[in-house]
Amino acid sequence: MKSENISALEISLLLEAIYQKYGYDFREYSKAHINRRIMNRLALSGLEDVSQIQSKILKDETFAYQLLQDLSITVTEMFRDQDFYKSLRENVIPILKTYPFIKIWHAGCATGEEAYSMAIILQEEGLYDRTTIYATDFNQHALNRAKEGIFSNAMMKEYIINYTLSGGKESFSDYYTSSYDNAIMNQSLKKNIVWANHNLVTDSVFAEVHLILCRNVLIYFDNTLQNKVQKIFHDSLINGGILCLGTKEGLRFTDFFEKYTELDKKQRIFKKKY
Amino acid sequence: MQYEAIVIGVSSGGMTALKFIFSALPAGFSIPIIIVQHVSARSDNEWIKLLNDKSNLNIKEADEKEKIETGNVYIAPSNYHLLIEKDKTFSLTIDEYVNFARPSIDVMFESAAEAYKNKLIGIVLTGSNSDGTKGIKRIKELGGIAIIQDPETAESPNMPASAIAAIQPDYILSLEKIVQLLVKITQTIK
Repeated sequence: MKSENISALEISLLLEAIYQKYGYDFREYSKAHINRRIMNRLALSGLEDVSQIQSKILKDETFAYQLLQDLSITVTEMFRDQDFYKSLRENVIPILKTYPFIKIWHAGCATGEEAYSMAIILQEEGLYDRTTIYATDFNQHALNRAKEGIFSNAMMKEYIINYTLSGGKESFSDYYTSSYDNAIMNQSLKKNIVWANHNLVTDSVFAEVHLILCRNVLIYFDNTLQNKVQKIFHDSLINGGILCLGTKEGLRFTDFFEKYTELDKKQRIFKKKY
Repeated sequence: MQYEAIVIGVSSGGMTALKFIFSALPAGFSIPIIIVQHVSARSDNEWIKLLNDKSNLNIKEADEKEKIETGNVYIAPSNYHLLIEKDKTFSLTIDEYVNFARPSIDVMFESAAEAYKNKLIGIVLTGSNSDGTKGIKRIKELGGIAIIQDPETAESPNMPASAIAAIQPDYILSLEKIVQLLVKITQTIK
């Protein structure tokens, strides 16, 4: 067997081992991505090959935990993609205003920057007091950080620009308190966010919601898995509910394209058909 | 040798270089081309449309899960890494910056090398950093060929110079000669 086939097989066995031992399922993730993350870890680990990684994760939980962090991408920003947030204000907020109470699901919220962005918009639009935001991720470490709501001041400088470009109406610095190198998000933004551990790959529907945001999460999944997750989203949304994907993600390659209308084609905002 | 894809990494000075190449390549060019051009994270990539207007080829942003087809030129979206799967489709990620860049040339080149092996042509053009060096090295290791823009003809010489220092390039050429070589390679295929 050629060496490339051996390493593909080794990776597949490693993913199986992670699933069976720890319950995290990366078997239907995009292969080039998984391959790159595992090879990076291999280079840092001093181990000889992927089989040795497999053997090590079975015995060494700290190492396994480190590998799980490698495979779970938590890179995120506040108000990433300013045109999306502009469209959210223009096209989605007016729909949300028609509901007496609002439930929003941030699926794959990582360290929480997008959930806080949403809380800010809702507060400015006078909707936050009747909203519950379920912000979920399978990465508990990321969730813990999200809950703390502490971000570096260096990043906040970037977010101020993002916020302004996305149509922010207030002074962004009023939403947090700075001390030394960090900024702590205001308690008033945190109060209606429920942080919960939920794995899109292995868990199912947990609530009926008016709006789902799942941005730059599905890019890591293969077609089969994207379809599975889209089914969960479709089942979770009320009729007329809104689905927001990342600006480079779509429904076209899934079974669910026909089940939504496009509210904003370019910003990938979809409305579930009645 | 039948080449199946061309990958291009380019940074500062790239807009002029790409405009030159894609105004010159003829319609019906028979190998798909995949490009990482460093741009600001907030770029809306409108420049791709302008480049497309000047070209005989179909130049577009790469979409995730999109199948790579002949006749197309794909450009990495801003603020995402672009990866190529073994089944010749694209994946996008937003992992950390690599070489201070997202998209990073190394990330795209390394995945392209794995996917296309010795059927790949890697090209490093003008740029003022060293992104692309690790990637072009990987392309050579897996049997692909490396074309580097002659640093003396590059608007920013560092990136091609860095690649030349790390590998034995198959060709070190001006943009004009690179276009001629690509046309020749595709004609030999026919």
